[in-house]
Amino acid sequence: MAIALDAPRSTRRKPSRRSNFELQAWLFMRISGLALIVLVLGHLFIMNILDGGVHRINFAFVAGRWSSPFWQFWDLSMLWLAQLHGGNGLRTVINDYARKDATRFWLKMVLYVSMVLIISLGTFVIFTFNPNISN
Amino acid sequence: MTAVAENPTTSASGSRGELPPAPEGSIAVTVKLHRFNPEVDSEPRWESFDIHALPTDRVLNLLHTIKWYVDGTLTFRRSCAHGVCGSDAMRINGVNRLACKVLVKDLLASKGKHTTITIEPIKGLPVNKDLLVNMDPFLDAFKAVKPFLITYGNEPTQERIQSAADRERFDDTTKCILCACCTTSCPVFWTEGTYFGPAAIVNAHRFIFDSRDEGAEERLDILNDVDGVWRCRTTFNCTDACPRGIQVTKAIQEVKRALLFRR
Repeated sequence: MAIALDAPRSTRRKPSRRSNFELQAWLFMRISGLALIVLVLGHLFIMNILDGGVHRINFAFVAGRWSSPFWQFWDLSMLWLAQLHGGNGLRTVINDYARKDATRFWLKMVLYVSMVLIISLGTFVIFTFNPNISN
Repeated sequence: MTAVAENPTTSASGSRGELPPAPEGSIAVTVKLHRFNPEVDSEPRWESFDIHALPTDRVLNLLHTIKWYVDGTLTFRRSCAHGVCGSDAMRINGVNRLACKVLVKDLLASKGKHTTITIEPIKGLPVNKDLLVNMDPFLDAFKAVKPFLITYGNEPTQERIQSAADRERFDDTTKCILCACCTTSCPVFWTEGTYFGPAAIVNAHRFIFDSRDEGAEERLDILNDVDGVWRCRTTFNCTDACPRGIQVTKAIQEVKRALLFRR
C-alpha cells in the first residue's frame, strides 16, 4: 500500500491568480453608479429646471457651456461613465440571458461596437467643438 | 422504502392497493402535479389528484398517498422524511421547499375555498421523471469549489484546535444539506447553468472562513471567475428558499467582500 508522503513535502502552492476582471467590473458599477447620480441629476437640473429650463437651450447655450473646461469635463465624464456603466450592465444581462454561445458572442459584439462608436464620437465632439461653426 | 412501480407505463393504481377511507377531520384538497414520463410523454403535463388530507399532514404525506394508493408511477425522491437529508426539495405553490417540512394547514385556501396545492420539480435542472431531477450539474458545481479541508505542512500530532469564536465565524454555512432549494431558486442559475450557484458558494464559504483551512486563496480564485460570486444579483431567492434558514445571500456577500479586500 502506497504511503502518502506528498503532504509534508509540498510547499504552499501559490494559487493560480486568474483574471480579476469580474471583480473590477463589479466595483466599477458601484463607483460609477454613485458618480452618475451626481452627474446625471446635476445635468438634468441645469438643463431642464434651472432658469427657463429646456426652453433656453440652443446652439449658443451649448457653445457657452462648452467654452468652460469644467463643463467639458463634466460632460466628458458623464459620457464615459454612462457608456461604460450601461454597457457593462448590458454585458451582464447578455451573459445571463443569452442561451447560445453564438448569440451571446454577436450580441456582445454589437454592444461593444456601439459603445466604442458612441464614446469616440462624443469625445471627438466635446474636444473639437467649434463655436463659430454656425457662421 | 423506495417503492418502484412494476409496470411504469400502464399502472394506474397505487403500489399499496386501494385508497383507505378518509380519516376523521380531513379535508378534500387537489394536488396538481407537474408530471413527465420520458417513456410516454413528449412534453411535461399537469395532472390533478383529489385526495383527503389532515391539516397536520406534510406535503410529503400527500405524495405518499398518491403514490401508494392512487398512482404508483409517481416518481419523487425522499429519504429520511424529516428535513435532515434534503432529498425531497420541490417547488410547492411556486416556492422551493422540502416536501417533508411543509404542513398542509399552511397551504389551505381562505375559508370556504377549495385548496389546490401545486407541486413541480425544482427548476433549472434536467427532469428525469416527474419530480425527480438530475442533480449532476448541481453536484459538479459543489465539487468544483473543493468542499474539503485543505492544509499544507506537517500534520499536527493532536486534533486541529479551533476557538469557539473561530467556529462561530462559519457556523451558519455548516448547516447546508445540499437539497438544492437555493440554487434552483436562483434566476441566474435558471438561465445560465454554468453559474456555481448559491449552494456551492455556501459550501466554499464554510471552508474559506474556517481558521483550520488553508485553501481559501484557491477557492476565492475559483469564485472570482466569470461564473463565480460576481454573477450574484442579490435577489435573495436563495435565502427565502433555504429550509435550514441559512443566510445564503449574506454568505455570498461575505465571499465578495473577502475577494474585494484580500491583500
